[in-house]
Amino acid sequence: MKKRKEPSPVLTYRGYYRESWDLLRRDPLAMISLVIVLLLVIVAVFAPLIAPYDPDKQILSQRLMKPCMEHWFGCDEHGRDILSRCIYGCRISLSVGLVSQIIATVIGYFMGVCAGYFGGKVDAAISFLVQVFSSLPDLLLAMALMFALGRGLVNLYISLGVLAWSRTARLIRGTVLQLKEKEYVKSCRVDGGSNLRIILRHLLPNCIPTLIITITMGIPSAILSEASLSFLGLGVRAPMSSWGDMISASRAFMGSDGSKWFYSFFPGLCMIVAVIAFNTLGDGLRDALDPKLRK
Amino acid sequence: MKRYLVKRVLLALGILFSISLITFFILHIMPGDAVALMLGDTADPNTLETVRHNLGMDKPFPQQYLEWIMGVFTGDLGTSYFQRKPVADLLLSAFSYTAKLAVVSYIIALAVGLVVGVVSALNRGAILDRGLMTLTVVGISAPSFWIAILLQIFIGLRFKAIPISGLEAPIDYLLPCISLGLRYAASIARITRTSMLEVMGQDFIRTARAKGLSPLRTVLVHMLRNALIPIITVIGADIGTLFAGSMLTESVFNINGVGKLLVDNITKRDIPVVQGCVICVAIICVVVYLIVDLLYAVVDPNIRLGGEEA
Repeated sequence: MKKRKEPSPVLTYRGYYRESWDLLRRDPLAMISLVIVLLLVIVAVFAPLIAPYDPDKQILSQRLMKPCMEHWFGCDEHGRDILSRCIYGCRISLSVGLVSQIIATVIGYFMGVCAGYFGGKVDAAISFLVQVFSSLPDLLLAMALMFALGRGLVNLYISLGVLAWSRTARLIRGTVLQLKEKEYVKSCRVDGGSNLRIILRHLLPNCIPTLIITITMGIPSAILSEASLSFLGLGVRAPMSSWGDMISASRAFMGSDGSKWFYSFFPGLCMIVAVIAFNTLGDGLRDALDPKLRK
Repeated sequence: MKRYLVKRVLLALGILFSISLITFFILHIMPGDAVALMLGDTADPNTLETVRHNLGMDKPFPQQYLEWIMGVFTGDLGTSYFQRKPVADLLLSAFSYTAKLAVVSYIIALAVGLVVGVVSALNRGAILDRGLMTLTVVGISAPSFWIAILLQIFIGLRFKAIPISGLEAPIDYLLPCISLGLRYAASIARITRTSMLEVMGQDFIRTARAKGLSPLRTVLVHMLRNALIPIITVIGADIGTLFAGSMLTESVFNINGVGKLLVDNITKRDIPVVQGCVICVAIICVVVYLIVDLLYAVVDPNIRLGGEEA
């Protein structure tokens, strides 16, 4: 929690999101991670422009070449540039993180609102489902789903998305339970506002801070799950390859004395940087957006 | 308390039943045909049909599920398509490895995590604290299978005395336990630190000091004991991911545990084995959550007296 140094006069209140942004801007860790996240997004979007080589071009004379000036991260078993492959892998990881979290958020918001708003039997049923889905490790069900659907990018979005909704639903349910008792919600109901109107006009805007936080915090765990699935051979289809696929492939080429460490090391390093950046940004956003922590 | 107990046990049974239904459904909608895969491309349609019939795969879905779930109650989880052995036997022999790996890793992680957390809290703000906390961030964010491979490369392959596969001799545990336990050690350390810092500011600690208790006694008996409650919560929540993590660790270190059994049979599309593994992990997770919840109820009267949390 950050305490502001100068007193902030009540009269200059400039809106919730401006205030949050001011708080976030003062958090150096959050700003560093925001910059890293933006850089990762740029790398993912402009991968063809940034990558120094074609990620699929095989030059067998460069097989398992050590890192050097021309190939910063070295080359893999087919002589492909590992740096370029990591850059293209960033696309897969970020897109899996983002798309799966959007799917999870849509399902989670809908379930959470219904549970919190309607209460009673609806709440009991949805809360039960939330408990069912949160009592198994995500990875296990995701494995089963990938097993059933087969490898592929779209199937990854679906598997990781439809399984990650329970956390969002639980948080939204809690938020809605509090919001439901607010005067403006009650007055809207007294005015004859429909349930849909209340859910979309009054509850949704108030849930957005929670959703921003759950999406930001969900992306790194989706990235890790994607990597684990890919590592187990349940990820994207070749020749695409994510960071997890690269680590998995590198296992056969460590060198008997561990001299080919770079092949395993760099894809994992990219993943750690991405995961830490999203987690730290999520922490910063939580501190900045949570009104309870505000003075 | 009795009412709470009954309610909680029924809920656990309901959750288990739902999980079994969901996994059974997921595993039976898959497009790839296990029988075709098992017999190869050259098999003629009649043989395919016979094999399907023998395996009971031509029956309607609800009947297949009912037969399977009845089997589960009697300890019969079906027979592996490929190994022709009862799934229950395969699971039992695999489970001992997974349990050993998970328990040893977690105990080490717990010890390391508690020590790091307490040391960090006592040195709050110092370089030691910052260094340790930075390490924990890396520990939480690093995928366990990556740590496992790096350990193999940088330690296993450099020092021949340290094996990089199997789980028989005590020395075999070294690398798998580090790679599996690291994440838990890191998260336990962070929570211990936060929880300790909260307790440290309270009056009874000052009283304990003022009474003239030795610093060690104050830390261990008065601070750590009170700081333990949030830590217990994490232990319960960790069990599920511990099993997921051990799947990956087992694959890297070639340990014949439940995780490796599951992963190997997913590629072979041996449905009964996959199903048995999933339900086995589910039972363990649900039972552990149940025990943790009941322990809470013992500790916290608010829960057992039926206070509904908002």
